[in-house]
Amino acid sequence: MNIGRITALIIRHLFLYRRSFPRLLEIFYWPLLDLVVWGFITMYLAQEGKGLHGAVVFFLGALIFWDILFRAQQGITISFLEEIWSRNLMNLFASPLTAGEFLVAMMAMSVFKVAAVSIIMAFAALFFYSYNVFIMGLTLIPFILNLIASGWLIGILTTSVIMRFGQQAEVLAWGLVFLFQPISCVFYPLSVLPSWLQPLALANPAAHVFEGMREVLLNQVVPWSHLWWAMGLNGLYLLLMIAIYQYTFSVCKDRGMLVRVGE
Amino acid sequence: MTGPIVRVQNLTKRFGDFTAVDHVSFEIQPGETIGLLGPNGAGKTTTFQMLLGVVTPTHGMIEMLGLDLMHHRETILRQVNFSSTYISMPYALTAEENLRVTGRLYGVSDIERRIDDVVKKLEMEDMRHKVTRKLSSGQMTRLTLAKAVLTEPKILFLDEPTASLDPDIAHKVKGFLKEYRETSGLSMLYTSHNMREIEEMSDRIVFLQRGKIIAEGTAEEVIAQYGEDDLERVFLKIARES
Repeated sequence: MNIGRITALIIRHLFLYRRSFPRLLEIFYWPLLDLVVWGFITMYLAQEGKGLHGAVVFFLGALIFWDILFRAQQGITISFLEEIWSRNLMNLFASPLTAGEFLVAMMAMSVFKVAAVSIIMAFAALFFYSYNVFIMGLTLIPFILNLIASGWLIGILTTSVIMRFGQQAEVLAWGLVFLFQPISCVFYPLSVLPSWLQPLALANPAAHVFEGMREVLLNQVVPWSHLWWAMGLNGLYLLLMIAIYQYTFSVCKDRGMLVRVGE
Repeated sequence: MTGPIVRVQNLTKRFGDFTAVDHVSFEIQPGETIGLLGPNGAGKTTTFQMLLGVVTPTHGMIEMLGLDLMHHRETILRQVNFSSTYISMPYALTAEENLRVTGRLYGVSDIERRIDDVVKKLEMEDMRHKVTRKLSSGQMTRLTLAKAVLTEPKILFLDEPTASLDPDIAHKVKGFLKEYRETSGLSMLYTSHNMREIEEMSDRIVFLQRGKIIAEGTAEEVIAQYGEDDLERVFLKIARES
């Protein structure tokens, strides 16, 4: 791993965001819009439904956390798509840059995006709804780290599919992550799911994060078992996804697809 | 270094049933320029891509700077670069930002000085702070060439470097490449559909047809081998036979 080459790629993307207003807007526009709409819906529900006193806390917290996962995934996939759109893959992979360094740079970009979005959303939630996301204190940190890792899993998978099948699979960059949303139990507890779907949700690290988050808010107790499960599953799947990414990369090189993707 | 700077042996690439490159072998000596010729579909681009490590050969060996590309990819590619009319650079970055990113990717020391140097030599002052998407095709070609020489490579692969340039700029680019080759001892592999340019720039020629080398030698030797008056007629003869 060469830090200089990883930094080069990060700088390349920072130059892009500095100059591209639409791309900056893309980072902040949707999360803020989501927050405003869902915030008012949950406030309405809290006013109307007597049993929904914690609705604002649950829904807004869930929404901010889901966006962390979504942006972590986007940070990887959109960074890869940027290289396709600018027909830059040949320049990158004919340089000493390795596939692993490329992946690390995309992961770093996703952390930047998550940080930017989280800060904006946390302040917006405080400003509009007096909702303090830091209510969970330091417990927040392992939850966020696990969500970023879960976002990376889907991001690496999506990137591998786009690399293999070309730009026709581009739509997955925005869509694939939502396939995991129902079994991530973002806005409802796992017990709501039909019994046949629950094992699938339990195999999803994000479901453990959201279940854990609800336990913290309800009982003010850190749900270590959920955190350990989330960490273990994320670690296992991350190894698997990296193997899939490396395999796809070598298949694409073999079939000459790496330089043709996007053409 | 003694011996060839590039050694290609039995290089073969198959995509399913189609053989794009078929047991190609050639060498490039330090400071030498090889002109790689052939009609469309002859296997030039695939050969280029294998030499740059972005396509894996089915069979054969590529050795550069005395090292095997398969096992020493990073070490080799730090000292190799390329320019192609058909490759772009990130559109939203300025020409200078693109050069800066390239410099960091290749670990160039004193990037600012190198950028100043290539910008001056390639007469890019007017486009230095222009966003890449606003560059004309000629300016884009100069930028990809600047990217290629910025890293002070020992081996340079050039895929039709003057294809979209007007005669004045094309003349300047060729002049720059000749001067750069003389001062740096650079080795080049050069493709072009302009036969005069190939004759002017190359020490030797490798002629590909249907993935195989069918002629090799100096321009005079190849012309004599086919009994024609010039390289253009040789090219036409081969292309029409294929």
